[in-house]
Amino acid sequence: MKFAVIVFPGSNCDVDMYHAIKDELGEQVEYVWHDTESLDEFDGILLPGGFSYGDYLRTGAIARFSKVMQAVVKAAEAGKPILGVCNGFQILLEAGLLPGAMRRNESLSFICKPVELKVENNQTIFSTAYSLGETISIPVAHGEGNYYCDEETLAALKENNQIVFTYQDNPNGSLEDIAGIINEKGNVLGMMPHPERAVDELLGGADGLKLFQSIVRSWREANVVKA
Amino acid sequence: MLLKHEPSTEQVKTEKLYQQMGLSDEEFTLVENILGRTPNYTETGLFSVMWSEHCSYKNSKPVLKKFPITGEKVLQGPGEGAGIVDIGDEQAVVFKIESHNHPSAIEPYQGAATGVGGIIRDIFSMGARPIALLNSLRFGELDESARVRYLFKEVVAGIAGYGNCIGIPTVGGEIQFDASYDGNPLVNAMCVGLIDHKDIKKGLAQGVGNTVMYVGAKTGRDGIHGATFASEELTDQSDENRPAVQVGDPFMEKLLLEACLELIQSDALVGIQDMGAAGLTSSSAEMASKAGMGIEMNLDLVPQRETGMTAYEMMLSESQERMLIVVTKGREQEIKDLFTKYDLEAVAIGTVTDDKKLRLLQHGEVVADVPVDALAEDAPVYHKPSKVPAYYEEFQAMEQEIPQVSDLKETLLQLLSQPTIASKEWVYNQYDYMVRTNTVVSPGSDAAVVRIRGTRKALAMTTDCNSRYVYLDPEVGGKIAVAEAARNIVCSGAEPLAITDNLNFGNPEKPEVFWQIEKSADGISEACRVLGTPVIGGNVSLYNETNGTAIYPTPVIGMVGLVTDLNHITTQNFKNNGDLIYLVGETKDEFGGSELQKLIHGKVFGKAPELNIDVEKTNQDHVLTAIRAGVVQSAHDLSEGGLGVAVAESLFTNEQLGAEISIEGNLVSALFSETQSRFLLTVKKEHQTEFESLVAAKLIGEVNNTAALKVKAENNTVLEASVNQLKDAWKGAIPCLLKSRD
Amino acid sequence: MFKVKVYVTLRESVLDPQGKAVTHSLHSLNYPEVSDVRIGKYMELTIEKSERDLDEVINEICSKLLANTVIEDYRYEVEECVPQ
Repeated sequence: MKFAVIVFPGSNCDVDMYHAIKDELGEQVEYVWHDTESLDEFDGILLPGGFSYGDYLRTGAIARFSKVMQAVVKAAEAGKPILGVCNGFQILLEAGLLPGAMRRNESLSFICKPVELKVENNQTIFSTAYSLGETISIPVAHGEGNYYCDEETLAALKENNQIVFTYQDNPNGSLEDIAGIINEKGNVLGMMPHPERAVDELLGGADGLKLFQSIVRSWREANVVKA
Repeated sequence: MLLKHEPSTEQVKTEKLYQQMGLSDEEFTLVENILGRTPNYTETGLFSVMWSEHCSYKNSKPVLKKFPITGEKVLQGPGEGAGIVDIGDEQAVVFKIESHNHPSAIEPYQGAATGVGGIIRDIFSMGARPIALLNSLRFGELDESARVRYLFKEVVAGIAGYGNCIGIPTVGGEIQFDASYDGNPLVNAMCVGLIDHKDIKKGLAQGVGNTVMYVGAKTGRDGIHGATFASEELTDQSDENRPAVQVGDPFMEKLLLEACLELIQSDALVGIQDMGAAGLTSSSAEMASKAGMGIEMNLDLVPQRETGMTAYEMMLSESQERMLIVVTKGREQEIKDLFTKYDLEAVAIGTVTDDKKLRLLQHGEVVADVPVDALAEDAPVYHKPSKVPAYYEEFQAMEQEIPQVSDLKETLLQLLSQPTIASKEWVYNQYDYMVRTNTVVSPGSDAAVVRIRGTRKALAMTTDCNSRYVYLDPEVGGKIAVAEAARNIVCSGAEPLAITDNLNFGNPEKPEVFWQIEKSADGISEACRVLGTPVIGGNVSLYNETNGTAIYPTPVIGMVGLVTDLNHITTQNFKNNGDLIYLVGETKDEFGGSELQKLIHGKVFGKAPELNIDVEKTNQDHVLTAIRAGVVQSAHDLSEGGLGVAVAESLFTNEQLGAEISIEGNLVSALFSETQSRFLLTVKKEHQTEFESLVAAKLIGEVNNTAALKVKAENNTVLEASVNQLKDAWKGAIPCLLKSRD
Repeated sequence: MFKVKVYVTLRESVLDPQGKAVTHSLHSLNYPEVSDVRIGKYMELTIEKSERDLDEVINEICSKLLANTVIEDYRYEVEECVPQ
């Protein structure tokens, strides 16, 4: 499986994402610059964390207009797995690929620490390697992770089982403790916690690895059927 | 075009305008003698910034000469953007610490943020990839004033704002609180980078005819005379100097960082230097002077953010996120293309000449023409008078006294909640300490450890200085600062390599302050020699006074060590039920400058703890040998609050564990004395014999699973507390101080 | 030429943590009469005259980039500038 790590000006978790895929997952991965027009050669698209365009105006607001985002939309329509982490999640929200918006953390401070997440849905292509209700430890590092959506959207998220991860001890004031959501179609996941930072026991834990393994497993199953 | 009126050469002299810029009468005369004429307004400005203490070290040079600066692993000592130390396999570590005290006192968020931005540029302008940030902060007492709490919150937010955005992890640091920093906080930022030997670049303007290019952000009027501002005392009027504070743009710097690291790989690059303090002036003059060349620049070509800027304003601007580079003539276009990829501009603004002059043109006229060596090298050096302060003699005459303590447990709880000892989680949870996914040991430990990807190696790093000791006895205090840094490095399983120092002191024109500077430099030098950690660079920040009162002398030590195998990495927390607890080093009755003395008396006095540097070296060597032999489960150095605090801190990670230790002699000394050169280690029972053959240590107790700390003396329990109770006191103190009052 | 002043604020229904913090702080500074603070962004745009309807252009710009209408509202004022 071949992954693209999209690099926007100001992305800074691109390296982490790249090494998680290459060194820990053992799959192919390439950096893709924000002005790239086609993502056709890639099987999975990763939007990393960071401060794209300095997060000026609003987080993700400017990045969503990069050339590459048209290709991301196309890949989403084609059903390819797309994962947005932290700033990547914020960009997916701004681009309308996922519903809702981000507000500043309730504490008004940036917060960086490992947090416990509950797996709310293990039937997505991103979460099959987890068991339902499992508690996993994944770090957060953000100043704007306070997820918001209106009641109608929230009802739809629940109805369609689109809430994939929730916080056990809400660090940012996020609505309904939401940490990660998926689109209705089931191929675009956005989450504030950083699974790519939890892939190596040396650095304190590897609970994030299963997320990437889930993606690869689903992709293999789909492609074995095709072949 | 309407140009701002600039005073004439005549006025500079007759109205003594040079004095406002910070030049003395004697210095101005010296400039006249060098030039053989009176300098014009712009030229006077060039000399005033280049001859400021911040750029020339004119007051501190005689002191800095004391430092050992060479060693077999030192690839670059002081003099460049940052020092470089070999770590084997054709790799090297680059690091430096720098202060941004005065700007932070005026505008704490931006002052701290641009301090971080500046030190990062020092690292990548050497060609190195910045891999970690640390800091050392000092504030007044948190419970004293809303202003102090405001400064503290904003400085932390500023450091976080810049470091998090640019994506370099802030992995460690230290913070102390004392009334002497009330109006003059200290903000020292350190950056550590990694480089391949072949990529090392220097700030040299070589090759006649080569092109001088300007890259990065545009020049505005911000920060004019920042270097001079940093060389003056703060007064109540300092707020009026507000324009001297710059605003940082970490996004711009992220682009500049990536572009410059790509540039380093180009053979068209001849030299590169950050436009830091004194901006365009120091970068051009120093690059030319070091290469034995001159530079001619056309200021009309300098990218400008504002209109109608004068030569003086452009040369003295300290706008952030700018670099000056020299490239091979004829290859300018490929450099421009490289920067365009990152949405940045690279503009040719001048050429390298062979006349050793800095010549500036504007609107077709020569507006300055001065020898580069005169700017960069010929600043006068002052040997300031030095005098032993009366307080020192008084303190030296005092006998060591053991403070009266009635309740050991209550005292331990109080010590754990002193801001200087209490958990700094409130601070470091605002820093992204994990980005780049190499942080093995996070903030809150003795030293942070960052692995080197693709190898079995890692770097340990720390900042340290107990300024109370330095105040009581600058020489011993200076020694202790280095020794403590090394102790922290050793505890993490690394071998100390070298140091960078940030000398924060008061007004050097006061003989008592100058004496503090000299003596602490003596102490630092001796410790560095014995511990084998040369000084590879640093920064001097003088005039840290508010309305005539100096800060405690604060020579901050930033140290980096090498972990030769990831298996050696050791942390301070106790690991297993049943492990044996050992204490390395003798304990004496030493309370001068201690946390307990401060707690009981509200002030510090008497003699600082002694430091026998040879004993220190032996103890460190033993501990490192045992760690490398794989027989040490945890290691923690004993510092503020002594053994009691060290044992408690070791219990805060794994909440099931507890400990029982036995102490003897005077109980207060045994638990709270701050005698130096001591370590707290735990060892598995099966390693007892091997451990004891490697380290001279005293077995004082055992780790258990009671989730409580019990201290016994002659078989009586003298202190018993649950780990939860101790941890709550330690963890809650700072958030509580900040929350309850604002 | 027009100078357009755009104000972006969080929607009434969305909690404004910054505004809440400032309200709290004003209360502790002894201004009990302040019942609420809402914090927003202010932007100044200089827009040249064109064939397109000005309001249409501004509304497009605001909803596309300047405000995230999921959580933010915007309003604007237009001033015509006469070049000197």
